[in-house]
Amino acid sequence: MATESKTAVWVRTIVIAVGGMVFLFPFVWMVSTSLTTTGELFRLPPQLIPNPVDGSAYERLFTQVPILRWVLNSVVVSLAVTFLQVMTSAMAAYAFTRLSFRGRNAIFVLFLATLMVPFQVMVVPLFIELRYMGMLDSYAGLIIPEMAMPFGVFLLRQAFLGLPRELEEAAFMDGAGHVRNFLTLVLPLSKPAIATVAVFSFMGSWNNFLWPLIIINSPDLMTLPLGLSSLSSRFVTDWNLVLAGATISVLPIVAVFLFAQRYVLQGVAMSGLKG
Amino acid sequence: MVGDRGWKKAGLVALFLLPALIPLLVFRIFPMLASLVVSMTKWNLLRPPVFLGFDNYVEVLSDAKFHRALLNTLYYMVGYLPLVLVGAIAIAVLLNSKLKGATFFRGIYFLPVVTSWVVVALLWKWLLSPQGGMVNYVLGLVGIQGPGWWTDPNWAMPAIIIASVWKDLGFNMLILLAGLQSIPDHLYEAATIDGATRWQKLRFVTLPLLTPSILFAMILAMIGAFQVFDQVWVMTEGGPAGATTVVMEQVVKNAFKYGLMGEASAMSWVLFAIILLFTVFQLKFQKRWVHYGD
Repeated sequence: MATESKTAVWVRTIVIAVGGMVFLFPFVWMVSTSLTTTGELFRLPPQLIPNPVDGSAYERLFTQVPILRWVLNSVVVSLAVTFLQVMTSAMAAYAFTRLSFRGRNAIFVLFLATLMVPFQVMVVPLFIELRYMGMLDSYAGLIIPEMAMPFGVFLLRQAFLGLPRELEEAAFMDGAGHVRNFLTLVLPLSKPAIATVAVFSFMGSWNNFLWPLIIINSPDLMTLPLGLSSLSSRFVTDWNLVLAGATISVLPIVAVFLFAQRYVLQGVAMSGLKG
Repeated sequence: MVGDRGWKKAGLVALFLLPALIPLLVFRIFPMLASLVVSMTKWNLLRPPVFLGFDNYVEVLSDAKFHRALLNTLYYMVGYLPLVLVGAIAIAVLLNSKLKGATFFRGIYFLPVVTSWVVVALLWKWLLSPQGGMVNYVLGLVGIQGPGWWTDPNWAMPAIIIASVWKDLGFNMLILLAGLQSIPDHLYEAATIDGATRWQKLRFVTLPLLTPSILFAMILAMIGAFQVFDQVWVMTEGGPAGATTVVMEQVVKNAFKYGLMGEASAMSWVLFAIILLFTVFQLKFQKRWVHYGD
Protein backbone atom coordinates (compact mmCIF):
# COMPACT_ATOMS: atom_id res chain seq x y z
CA MET A 1 0.00 0.00 0.00
CA ALA A 2 3.10 2.20 -0.22
CA THR A 3 1.69 3.75 -3.37
CA GLU A 4 -1.16 5.45 -1.55
CA SER A 5 -1.12 9.17 -2.22
CA LYS A 6 -1.07 11.81 0.51
CA THR A 7 -4.59 12.92 -0.39
CA ALA A 8 -5.90 9.39 -0.05
CA VAL A 9 -4.36 9.06 3.43
CA TRP A 10 -5.98 12.35 4.39
CA VAL A 11 -9.38 11.28 3.10
CA ARG A 12 -9.09 8.06 5.04
CA THR A 13 -8.04 9.83 8.22
CA ILE A 14 -10.91 12.29 7.96
CA VAL A 15 -13.53 9.56 7.38
CA ILE A 16 -12.19 7.59 10.34
CA ALA A 17 -12.06 10.69 12.55
CA VAL A 18 -15.58 11.83 11.68
CA GLY A 19 -16.87 8.30 12.26
CA GLY A 20 -14.98 8.23 15.55
CA MET A 21 -16.60 11.48 16.66
CA VAL A 22 -20.05 10.09 15.84
CA PHE A 23 -19.18 6.99 17.84
CA LEU A 24 -17.86 8.92 20.79
CA PHE A 25 -20.66 11.49 20.84
CA PRO A 26 -23.27 9.41 22.76
CA PHE A 27 -20.81 9.12 25.67
CA VAL A 28 -20.15 12.87 25.64
CA TRP A 29 -23.88 13.51 25.55
CA MET A 30 -24.41 11.08 28.43
CA VAL A 31 -21.99 13.00 30.67
CA SER A 32 -23.37 16.33 29.49
CA THR A 33 -26.98 15.34 30.22
CA SER A 34 -26.03 14.02 33.66
CA LEU A 35 -24.73 17.52 34.49
CA THR A 36 -27.85 19.36 33.27
CA THR A 37 -30.59 20.66 35.55
CA THR A 38 -33.98 19.02 35.15
CA GLY A 39 -35.45 22.30 33.92
CA GLU A 40 -32.91 22.62 31.09
CA LEU A 41 -33.20 18.99 29.88
CA PHE A 42 -35.65 19.59 27.04
CA ARG A 43 -34.40 23.04 26.07
CA LEU A 44 -33.83 23.75 22.39
CA PRO A 45 -31.24 23.96 20.98
CA PRO A 46 -29.59 21.33 23.22
CA GLN A 47 -26.51 22.58 25.07
CA LEU A 48 -23.37 20.49 24.66
CA ILE A 49 -21.83 22.14 27.68
CA PRO A 50 -24.68 22.49 30.14
CA ASN A 51 -25.41 25.97 31.38
CA PRO A 52 -25.36 25.92 34.35
CA VAL A 53 -23.18 22.86 35.00
CA ASP A 54 -25.13 21.18 37.74
CA GLY A 55 -24.32 18.20 39.94
CA SER A 56 -27.72 17.87 41.56
CA ALA A 57 -28.59 14.71 39.58
CA TYR A 58 -25.60 13.01 41.23
CA GLU A 59 -26.66 14.38 44.61
CA ARG A 60 -30.16 12.95 44.18
CA LEU A 61 -28.66 9.70 42.94
CA PHE A 62 -26.71 9.30 46.16
CA THR A 63 -29.49 10.43 48.49
CA GLN A 64 -32.65 8.95 46.92
CA VAL A 65 -31.29 5.78 45.33
CA PRO A 66 -29.09 3.03 46.88
CA ILE A 67 -26.48 3.60 44.16
CA LEU A 68 -23.51 3.04 46.48
CA ARG A 69 -24.96 -0.28 47.48
CA TRP A 70 -25.35 -1.24 43.80
CA VAL A 71 -21.77 -0.21 43.04
CA LEU A 72 -20.58 -2.24 46.01
CA ASN A 73 -22.62 -5.27 44.90
CA SER A 74 -21.24 -5.04 41.37
CA VAL A 75 -17.66 -4.67 42.64
CA VAL A 76 -17.95 -7.61 45.06
CA VAL A 77 -19.65 -9.91 42.55
CA SER A 78 -17.40 -9.00 39.62
CA LEU A 79 -14.17 -9.35 41.59
CA ALA A 80 -15.27 -12.66 43.12
CA VAL A 81 -16.37 -14.04 39.74
CA THR A 82 -13.17 -12.85 38.06
CA PHE A 83 -10.95 -14.39 40.73
CA LEU A 84 -12.82 -17.70 40.68
CA GLN A 85 -13.00 -17.91 36.90
CA VAL A 86 -9.32 -17.16 36.43
CA MET A 87 -8.30 -19.68 39.10
CA THR A 88 -10.55 -22.52 37.95
CA SER A 89 -9.71 -21.90 34.28
CA ALA A 90 -5.96 -21.81 34.91
CA MET A 91 -6.07 -24.97 37.02
CA ALA A 92 -8.16 -26.85 34.47
CA ALA A 93 -5.93 -25.63 31.65
CA TYR A 94 -2.94 -26.92 33.63
CA ALA A 95 -4.59 -30.33 33.98
CA PHE A 96 -5.31 -30.40 30.25
CA THR A 97 -1.74 -29.53 29.28
CA ARG A 98 0.56 -30.95 32.01
CA LEU A 99 -1.22 -33.97 33.47
CA SER A 100 -2.12 -37.09 31.54
CA PHE A 101 -5.23 -38.98 32.48
CA ARG A 102 -7.89 -41.06 30.83
CA GLY A 103 -10.68 -39.08 29.17
CA ARG A 104 -8.63 -35.89 29.00
CA ASN A 105 -9.67 -35.01 25.46
CA ALA A 106 -13.28 -35.99 26.03
CA ILE A 107 -13.52 -33.70 29.05
CA PHE A 108 -11.93 -30.84 27.15
CA VAL A 109 -14.46 -31.31 24.35
CA LEU A 110 -17.19 -31.12 27.01
CA PHE A 111 -15.88 -27.67 28.00
CA LEU A 112 -15.84 -26.57 24.37
CA ALA A 113 -19.32 -27.92 23.75
CA THR A 114 -20.84 -25.70 26.46
CA LEU A 115 -19.34 -22.72 24.63
CA MET A 116 -21.60 -23.48 21.69
CA VAL A 117 -24.83 -23.78 23.68
CA PRO A 118 -26.41 -20.41 24.36
CA PHE A 119 -27.14 -19.49 27.96
CA GLN A 120 -30.83 -19.11 27.23
CA VAL A 121 -31.27 -22.88 26.78
CA MET A 122 -30.33 -23.49 30.41
CA VAL A 123 -31.66 -20.37 32.06
CA VAL A 124 -35.03 -21.75 33.20
CA PRO A 125 -33.76 -25.01 34.79
CA LEU A 126 -30.80 -23.16 36.29
CA PHE A 127 -33.26 -20.85 38.01
CA ILE A 128 -35.23 -23.84 39.32
CA GLU A 129 -32.02 -25.52 40.48
CA LEU A 130 -30.91 -22.45 42.43
CA ARG A 131 -34.36 -22.20 43.93
CA TYR A 132 -33.96 -25.71 45.38
CA MET A 133 -30.46 -24.83 46.55
CA GLY A 134 -31.84 -21.76 48.29
CA MET A 135 -29.51 -19.45 46.38
CA LEU A 136 -32.09 -17.15 44.76
CA ASP A 137 -31.81 -13.50 45.69
CA SER A 138 -28.31 -13.86 47.16
CA TYR A 139 -24.66 -13.08 46.41
CA ALA A 140 -24.04 -16.83 46.19
CA GLY A 141 -26.60 -17.09 43.38
CA LEU A 142 -24.79 -14.37 41.45
CA ILE A 143 -21.31 -15.82 41.98
CA ILE A 144 -21.28 -19.61 42.34
CA PRO A 145 -23.07 -20.61 39.10
CA GLU A 146 -20.48 -18.51 37.22
CA MET A 147 -17.47 -20.35 38.64
CA ALA A 148 -16.52 -22.18 35.46
CA MET A 149 -15.52 -20.23 32.34
CA PRO A 150 -15.14 -22.51 29.29
CA PHE A 151 -13.75 -19.69 27.14
CA GLY A 152 -11.08 -19.02 29.80
CA VAL A 153 -10.15 -22.72 29.89
CA PHE A 154 -9.84 -22.71 26.12
CA LEU A 155 -7.69 -19.57 25.99
CA LEU A 156 -5.39 -20.59 28.83
CA ARG A 157 -4.95 -24.08 27.44
CA GLN A 158 -3.68 -22.51 24.21
CA ALA A 159 -1.38 -20.23 26.21
CA PHE A 160 0.02 -23.05 28.38
CA LEU A 161 0.66 -25.20 25.30
CA GLY A 162 2.75 -22.39 23.88
CA LEU A 163 5.09 -22.06 26.89
CA PRO A 164 8.67 -23.34 26.49
CA ARG A 165 9.09 -26.51 28.54
CA GLU A 166 12.81 -26.31 29.46
CA LEU A 167 12.32 -24.33 32.67
CA GLU A 168 9.60 -26.66 33.89
CA GLU A 169 11.66 -29.74 33.12
CA ALA A 170 14.52 -28.25 35.13
CA ALA A 171 12.15 -27.54 38.03
CA PHE A 172 10.86 -31.12 38.00
CA MET A 173 14.48 -32.36 38.02
CA ASP A 174 15.01 -30.27 41.15
CA GLY A 175 12.13 -32.12 42.75
CA ALA A 176 9.34 -29.59 42.31
CA GLY A 177 5.80 -31.00 42.21
CA HIS A 178 2.96 -29.96 39.95
CA VAL A 179 1.47 -27.54 42.46
CA ARG A 180 4.74 -25.65 42.81
CA ASN A 181 5.35 -25.77 39.07
CA PHE A 182 1.89 -24.33 38.46
CA LEU A 183 2.21 -21.55 41.00
CA THR A 184 5.82 -20.49 40.48
CA LEU A 185 6.39 -21.10 36.76
CA VAL A 186 3.31 -21.62 34.60
CA LEU A 187 1.16 -18.88 36.13
CA PRO A 188 3.83 -16.13 36.15
CA LEU A 189 4.94 -17.01 32.61
CA SER A 190 1.38 -16.69 31.27
CA LYS A 191 0.60 -13.26 32.68
CA PRO A 192 -0.63 -11.73 29.38
CA ALA A 193 -3.07 -14.58 28.70
CA ILE A 194 -4.26 -14.52 32.30
CA ALA A 195 -4.79 -10.77 32.07
CA THR A 196 -6.86 -11.29 28.92
CA VAL A 197 -9.05 -13.88 30.64
CA ALA A 198 -9.38 -11.69 33.75
CA VAL A 199 -10.46 -8.65 31.73
CA PHE A 200 -13.04 -10.66 29.79
CA SER A 201 -14.32 -12.24 32.96
CA PHE A 202 -14.61 -8.88 34.73
CA MET A 203 -16.38 -7.19 31.83
CA GLY A 204 -18.77 -10.09 31.41
CA SER A 205 -19.70 -10.07 35.05
CA TRP A 206 -19.86 -6.28 35.45
CA ASN A 207 -22.20 -5.97 32.47
CA ASN A 208 -24.31 -9.07 33.08
CA PHE A 209 -28.01 -8.30 33.06
CA LEU A 210 -30.22 -11.31 32.30
CA TRP A 211 -29.06 -13.49 35.19
CA PRO A 212 -29.31 -10.86 37.98
CA LEU A 213 -32.65 -9.76 36.48
CA ILE A 214 -33.98 -13.27 36.93
CA ILE A 215 -32.71 -14.17 40.38
CA ILE A 216 -32.48 -10.87 42.29
CA ASN A 217 -35.51 -9.21 43.86
CA SER A 218 -34.21 -7.18 46.79
CA PRO A 219 -33.11 -3.66 45.82
CA ASP A 220 -30.23 -4.15 48.28
CA LEU A 221 -28.79 -7.01 46.23
CA MET A 222 -29.15 -5.43 42.82
CA THR A 223 -26.05 -5.02 40.69
CA LEU A 224 -25.54 -1.76 38.81
CA PRO A 225 -27.11 -2.77 35.46
CA LEU A 226 -30.17 -4.09 37.25
CA GLY A 227 -30.43 -1.04 39.49
CA LEU A 228 -30.05 1.28 36.51
CA SER A 229 -32.79 -0.41 34.56
CA SER A 230 -35.08 -0.15 37.58
CA LEU A 231 -34.30 3.58 37.72
CA SER A 232 -35.50 4.17 34.20
CA SER A 233 -38.88 2.69 34.94
CA ARG A 234 -39.25 4.48 38.28
CA PHE A 235 -38.13 7.92 37.12
CA VAL A 236 -39.65 7.94 33.68
CA THR A 237 -38.22 11.09 32.14
CA ASP A 238 -35.68 11.95 34.81
CA TRP A 239 -32.94 11.60 32.22
CA ASN A 240 -30.24 13.48 34.11
CA LEU A 241 -30.61 11.13 37.07
CA VAL A 242 -30.66 7.99 34.90
CA LEU A 243 -27.63 9.13 32.90
CA ALA A 244 -25.72 10.15 36.04
CA GLY A 245 -26.16 6.51 37.11
CA ALA A 246 -25.08 5.34 33.67
CA THR A 247 -21.97 7.53 33.84
CA ILE A 248 -21.02 6.08 37.22
CA SER A 249 -21.45 2.55 35.91
CA VAL A 250 -19.41 3.21 32.74
CA LEU A 251 -16.41 4.76 34.51
CA PRO A 252 -14.86 1.59 36.02
CA ILE A 253 -15.26 -0.38 32.83
CA VAL A 254 -13.73 2.38 30.72
CA ALA A 255 -10.87 2.57 33.21
CA VAL A 256 -10.32 -1.19 33.03
CA PHE A 257 -10.49 -1.01 29.25
CA LEU A 258 -8.03 1.87 28.85
CA PHE A 259 -5.68 0.20 31.33
CA ALA A 260 -5.94 -3.24 29.72
CA GLN A 261 -6.79 -2.34 26.11
CA ARG A 262 -3.96 -4.49 24.79
CA TYR A 263 -5.29 -7.62 26.51
CA VAL A 264 -8.89 -7.04 25.47
CA LEU A 265 -8.04 -6.51 21.82
CA GLN A 266 -5.65 -9.45 21.87
CA GLY A 267 -8.36 -11.68 23.35
CA VAL A 268 -10.92 -10.79 20.69
CA ALA A 269 -8.32 -11.29 17.97
CA MET A 270 -7.45 -14.72 19.40
CA SER A 271 -11.08 -15.79 19.58
CA GLY A 272 -11.45 -14.51 16.02
CA LEU A 273 -8.53 -16.54 14.76
CA LYS A 274 -9.92 -19.83 15.93
CA GLY A 275 -12.68 -19.56 13.33
CA MET B 1 3.37 -49.01 45.45
CA VAL B 2 1.78 -48.67 42.02
CA GLY B 3 -1.68 -48.30 43.54
CA ASP B 4 -0.39 -45.66 45.89
CA ARG B 5 1.12 -43.62 43.05
CA GLY B 6 -2.06 -44.09 41.05
CA TRP B 7 -4.14 -42.59 43.86
CA LYS B 8 -1.72 -39.71 44.22
CA LYS B 9 -1.96 -39.00 40.52
CA ALA B 10 -5.75 -39.20 40.58
CA GLY B 11 -5.78 -36.81 43.52
CA LEU B 12 -3.62 -34.37 41.59
CA VAL B 13 -5.87 -34.49 38.53
CA ALA B 14 -8.91 -33.99 40.76
CA LEU B 15 -7.27 -31.06 42.52
CA PHE B 16 -6.62 -29.23 39.27
CA LEU B 17 -9.65 -30.26 37.26
CA LEU B 18 -12.61 -30.43 39.64
CA PRO B 19 -12.86 -26.72 40.60
CA ALA B 20 -13.84 -26.03 36.99
CA LEU B 21 -15.45 -29.36 36.12
CA ILE B 22 -17.92 -29.54 39.02
CA PRO B 23 -19.48 -26.10 38.40
CA LEU B 24 -19.54 -26.89 34.69
CA LEU B 25 -21.48 -30.09 35.32
CA VAL B 26 -23.77 -28.67 38.00
CA PHE B 27 -24.51 -25.23 36.57
CA ARG B 28 -24.21 -25.71 32.80
CA ILE B 29 -24.47 -29.32 31.61
CA PHE B 30 -27.10 -30.46 34.10
CA PRO B 31 -29.47 -27.49 33.52
CA MET B 32 -29.03 -27.95 29.78
CA LEU B 33 -30.14 -31.58 29.95
CA ALA B 34 -32.78 -30.82 32.56
CA SER B 35 -34.15 -28.20 30.22
CA LEU B 36 -35.20 -30.96 27.83
CA VAL B 37 -37.14 -32.67 30.62
CA VAL B 38 -38.68 -29.44 31.90
CA SER B 39 -39.81 -28.59 28.37
CA MET B 40 -42.01 -31.68 28.43
CA THR B 41 -43.85 -30.76 31.61
CA LYS B 42 -46.43 -28.34 32.86
CA TRP B 43 -44.77 -26.79 35.88
CA ASN B 44 -45.37 -23.52 37.67
CA LEU B 45 -43.05 -24.34 40.62
CA LEU B 46 -45.99 -24.17 43.04
CA ARG B 47 -47.40 -27.60 42.22
CA PRO B 48 -45.52 -30.75 41.22
CA PRO B 49 -44.73 -30.94 37.50
CA VAL B 50 -47.11 -32.82 35.19
CA PHE B 51 -45.62 -34.73 32.27
CA LEU B 52 -47.03 -33.59 28.94
CA GLY B 53 -44.75 -35.08 26.30
CA PHE B 54 -44.42 -32.81 23.29
CA ASP B 55 -47.54 -30.74 24.01
CA ASN B 56 -45.53 -27.65 24.91
CA TYR B 57 -43.73 -27.80 21.58
CA VAL B 58 -47.01 -28.10 19.71
CA GLU B 59 -48.37 -25.23 21.77
CA VAL B 60 -45.33 -23.02 21.16
CA LEU B 61 -45.19 -23.73 17.44
CA SER B 62 -48.83 -22.80 17.00
CA ASP B 63 -48.77 -19.81 19.35
CA ALA B 64 -49.42 -16.51 17.56
CA LYS B 65 -47.37 -14.62 20.15
CA PHE B 66 -44.38 -16.85 19.51
CA HIS B 67 -44.77 -16.39 15.74
CA ARG B 68 -44.79 -12.65 16.20
CA ALA B 69 -41.72 -12.84 18.46
CA LEU B 70 -39.88 -15.03 15.96
CA LEU B 71 -40.76 -12.74 13.04
CA ASN B 72 -39.62 -9.71 15.03
CA THR B 73 -36.37 -11.48 15.91
CA LEU B 74 -35.82 -12.17 12.20
CA TYR B 75 -36.69 -8.54 11.38
CA TYR B 76 -34.10 -7.44 13.93
CA MET B 77 -31.52 -9.78 12.40
CA VAL B 78 -32.21 -8.71 8.80
CA GLY B 79 -31.74 -5.06 9.76
CA TYR B 80 -28.84 -5.53 12.14
CA LEU B 81 -26.57 -8.05 10.36
CA PRO B 82 -25.85 -6.17 7.10
CA LEU B 83 -25.40 -2.83 8.87
CA VAL B 84 -23.03 -4.14 11.52
CA LEU B 85 -21.01 -6.27 9.07
CA VAL B 86 -20.69 -3.75 6.23
CA GLY B 87 -19.92 -0.99 8.74
CA ALA B 88 -17.30 -3.13 10.44
CA ILE B 89 -15.69 -4.12 7.13
CA ALA B 90 -15.54 -0.49 6.01
CA ILE B 91 -13.97 0.74 9.23
CA ALA B 92 -11.57 -2.19 9.50
CA VAL B 93 -10.34 -1.62 5.92
CA LEU B 94 -9.95 2.11 6.56
CA LEU B 95 -8.15 1.54 9.88
CA ASN B 96 -5.84 -1.16 8.58
CA SER B 97 -2.38 -0.13 7.31
CA LYS B 98 -0.49 2.90 8.43
CA LEU B 99 -2.64 5.66 9.82
CA LYS B 100 -1.81 8.19 12.47
CA GLY B 101 -3.79 7.53 15.62
CA ALA B 102 -5.10 4.15 14.42
CA THR B 103 -4.80 2.67 17.93
CA PHE B 104 -6.65 5.63 19.38
CA PHE B 105 -9.55 5.33 16.94
CA ARG B 106 -9.65 1.57 17.32
CA GLY B 107 -10.14 2.20 21.04
CA ILE B 108 -12.99 4.65 20.39
CA TYR B 109 -14.84 2.26 18.09
CA PHE B 110 -14.40 -0.46 20.68
CA LEU B 111 -15.63 1.57 23.66
CA PRO B 112 -19.34 0.71 23.19
CA VAL B 113 -18.41 -2.99 23.19
CA VAL B 114 -17.17 -2.85 26.79
CA THR B 115 -20.16 -0.78 27.92
CA SER B 116 -23.04 -2.70 29.45
CA TRP B 117 -26.19 -3.21 27.40
CA VAL B 118 -28.28 -1.50 30.04
CA VAL B 119 -26.23 1.70 29.72
CA VAL B 120 -26.27 1.54 25.92
CA ALA B 121 -30.03 0.99 25.85
CA LEU B 122 -30.75 3.83 28.28
CA LEU B 123 -28.38 6.15 26.43
CA TRP B 124 -29.98 5.49 23.05
CA LYS B 125 -33.45 5.71 24.50
CA TRP B 126 -32.51 9.24 25.50
CA LEU B 127 -30.76 10.06 22.19
CA LEU B 128 -33.78 8.78 20.26
CA SER B 129 -36.32 10.29 22.61
CA PRO B 130 -39.18 11.99 20.73
CA GLN B 131 -38.97 14.67 23.41
CA GLY B 132 -35.64 16.48 23.70
CA GLY B 133 -33.79 13.69 21.87
CA MET B 134 -30.57 14.69 20.14
CA VAL B 135 -31.16 12.58 17.00
CA ASN B 136 -34.49 14.17 16.18
CA TYR B 137 -33.01 17.61 16.88
CA VAL B 138 -30.21 16.98 14.35
CA LEU B 139 -32.72 15.57 11.84
CA GLY B 140 -34.78 18.73 12.39
CA LEU B 141 -31.77 20.87 11.48
CA VAL B 142 -31.74 19.33 8.01
CA GLY B 143 -35.48 19.68 7.70
CA ILE B 144 -36.55 16.12 8.55
CA GLN B 145 -39.34 15.56 11.03
CA GLY B 146 -37.97 12.71 13.16
CA PRO B 147 -40.29 9.82 14.06
CA GLY B 148 -41.34 8.89 17.59
CA TRP B 149 -38.76 6.05 17.59
CA TRP B 150 -39.44 3.78 20.56
CA THR B 151 -42.94 5.19 21.05
CA ASP B 152 -43.94 4.38 17.45
CA PRO B 153 -44.63 0.71 16.53
CA ASN B 154 -43.09 1.26 13.09
CA TRP B 155 -39.89 2.82 14.39
CA ALA B 156 -39.26 0.97 17.66
CA MET B 157 -37.38 -1.91 16.03
CA PRO B 158 -35.21 0.39 13.89
CA ALA B 159 -34.36 2.26 17.11
CA ILE B 160 -33.21 -0.99 18.71
CA ILE B 161 -31.24 -1.91 15.58
CA ILE B 162 -29.43 1.46 15.55
CA ALA B 163 -28.40 1.08 19.20
CA SER B 164 -27.27 -2.51 18.58
CA VAL B 165 -25.16 -1.61 15.55
CA TRP B 166 -23.45 1.16 17.52
CA LYS B 167 -22.68 -1.24 20.34
CA ASP B 168 -21.44 -4.23 18.33
CA LEU B 169 -19.64 -2.62 15.39
CA GLY B 170 -16.32 -2.40 17.25
CA PHE B 171 -16.34 -6.08 18.13
CA ASN B 172 -16.82 -7.12 14.51
CA MET B 173 -14.27 -4.54 13.38
CA LEU B 174 -11.69 -6.16 15.63
CA ILE B 175 -12.29 -9.68 14.31
CA LEU B 176 -11.96 -8.34 10.76
CA LEU B 177 -8.79 -6.37 11.62
CA ALA B 178 -7.22 -9.60 12.83
CA GLY B 179 -8.21 -11.15 9.51
CA LEU B 180 -6.80 -8.22 7.51
CA GLN B 181 -3.49 -8.41 9.32
CA SER B 182 -3.06 -12.03 8.32
CA ILE B 183 -3.20 -11.17 4.59
CA PRO B 184 0.43 -11.43 3.40
CA ASP B 185 2.03 -8.24 2.02
CA HIS B 186 3.50 -9.96 -1.00
CA LEU B 187 0.03 -10.35 -2.51
CA TYR B 188 -0.41 -6.57 -2.49
CA GLU B 189 3.09 -6.14 -3.89
CA ALA B 190 2.30 -8.57 -6.70
CA ALA B 191 -0.94 -6.74 -7.42
CA THR B 192 0.94 -3.42 -7.52
CA ILE B 193 3.42 -4.82 -10.02
CA ASP B 194 0.51 -6.00 -12.14
CA GLY B 195 -0.72 -2.41 -12.14
CA ALA B 196 -3.82 -2.95 -10.01
CA THR B 197 -5.61 0.15 -8.76
CA ARG B 198 -6.45 0.50 -5.10
CA TRP B 199 -10.04 -0.38 -5.80
CA GLN B 200 -8.98 -3.53 -7.67
CA LYS B 201 -6.73 -4.55 -4.78
CA LEU B 202 -9.64 -4.18 -2.39
CA ARG B 203 -11.98 -6.08 -4.67
CA PHE B 204 -9.67 -8.92 -5.76
CA VAL B 205 -7.18 -9.28 -2.89
CA THR B 206 -8.51 -7.87 0.37
CA LEU B 207 -12.17 -8.87 0.28
CA PRO B 208 -11.74 -12.46 -0.97
CA LEU B 209 -9.03 -13.16 1.60
CA LEU B 210 -11.13 -11.57 4.31
CA THR B 211 -14.11 -13.86 3.70
CA PRO B 212 -13.15 -16.46 6.37
CA SER B 213 -13.13 -13.69 9.00
CA ILE B 214 -16.37 -12.27 7.62
CA LEU B 215 -17.97 -15.70 7.90
CA PHE B 216 -16.80 -16.04 11.49
CA ALA B 217 -18.05 -12.57 12.45
CA MET B 218 -21.32 -13.24 10.64
CA ILE B 219 -22.01 -16.50 12.48
CA LEU B 220 -21.24 -14.93 15.87
CA ALA B 221 -23.40 -11.88 15.05
CA MET B 222 -26.23 -14.10 13.87
CA ILE B 223 -26.18 -16.25 17.02
CA GLY B 224 -26.18 -13.08 19.11
CA ALA B 225 -29.01 -11.57 17.08
CA PHE B 226 -31.26 -14.59 17.64
CA GLN B 227 -30.79 -14.13 21.38
CA VAL B 228 -31.42 -10.37 21.41
CA PHE B 229 -32.81 -9.49 24.83
CA ASP B 230 -31.15 -6.85 27.07
CA GLN B 231 -31.66 -3.89 24.74
CA VAL B 232 -35.27 -4.85 24.02
CA TRP B 233 -36.04 -5.30 27.71
CA VAL B 234 -34.59 -1.93 28.67
CA MET B 235 -35.69 0.16 25.68
CA THR B 236 -39.21 -1.09 24.98
CA GLU B 237 -40.03 -4.23 27.03
CA GLY B 238 -41.37 -5.65 23.77
CA GLY B 239 -43.67 -2.72 23.06
CA PRO B 240 -45.20 -0.54 21.87
CA ALA B 241 -48.14 -2.86 21.16
CA GLY B 242 -45.87 -5.88 20.78
CA ALA B 243 -43.89 -4.28 17.94
CA THR B 244 -40.55 -5.36 19.41
CA THR B 245 -41.50 -8.57 21.18
CA VAL B 246 -38.66 -11.08 20.58
CA VAL B 247 -38.14 -14.75 21.40
CA MET B 248 -35.92 -14.35 24.48
CA GLU B 249 -38.24 -11.72 25.88
CA GLN B 250 -41.12 -14.23 25.50
CA VAL B 251 -39.02 -16.92 27.23
CA VAL B 252 -38.31 -14.65 30.20
CA LYS B 253 -41.91 -13.42 30.44
CA ASN B 254 -43.36 -16.92 30.19
CA ALA B 255 -41.04 -18.36 32.81
CA PHE B 256 -40.73 -15.57 35.32
CA LYS B 257 -43.91 -13.56 34.89
CA TYR B 258 -46.50 -16.23 34.09
CA GLY B 259 -44.75 -19.20 35.75
CA LEU B 260 -44.88 -21.34 32.60
CA MET B 261 -41.54 -23.13 33.05
CA GLY B 262 -42.33 -25.89 30.56
CA GLU B 263 -43.42 -23.60 27.75
CA ALA B 264 -40.48 -21.28 28.31
CA SER B 265 -38.04 -24.19 28.11
CA ALA B 266 -39.70 -25.54 24.97
CA MET B 267 -39.46 -22.08 23.45
CA SER B 268 -35.75 -21.81 24.17
CA TRP B 269 -35.15 -25.24 22.60
CA VAL B 270 -37.05 -24.24 19.47
CA LEU B 271 -34.89 -21.11 19.30
CA PHE B 272 -31.74 -23.18 19.80
CA ALA B 273 -32.81 -25.55 17.02
CA ILE B 274 -33.35 -22.59 14.69
CA ILE B 275 -29.94 -21.16 15.58
CA LEU B 276 -28.30 -24.52 14.86
CA LEU B 277 -30.15 -24.80 11.57
CA PHE B 278 -29.04 -21.35 10.43
CA THR B 279 -25.45 -22.01 11.53
CA VAL B 280 -25.26 -25.33 9.69
CA PHE B 281 -26.82 -23.69 6.65
CA GLN B 282 -24.22 -20.92 6.70
CA LEU B 283 -21.38 -23.40 7.07
CA LYS B 284 -22.73 -25.39 4.10
CA PHE B 285 -23.37 -22.31 2.00
CA GLN B 286 -19.89 -20.91 2.71
CA LYS B 287 -18.29 -22.87 -0.17
CA ARG B 288 -20.02 -20.48 -2.54
CA TRP B 289 -18.29 -17.37 -1.24
CA VAL B 290 -15.58 -18.06 1.33
CA HIS B 291 -12.00 -18.35 0.04
CA TYR B 292 -9.47 -20.21 2.11
CA GLY B 293 -5.92 -19.24 1.07
CA ASP B 294 -3.07 -21.71 1.16
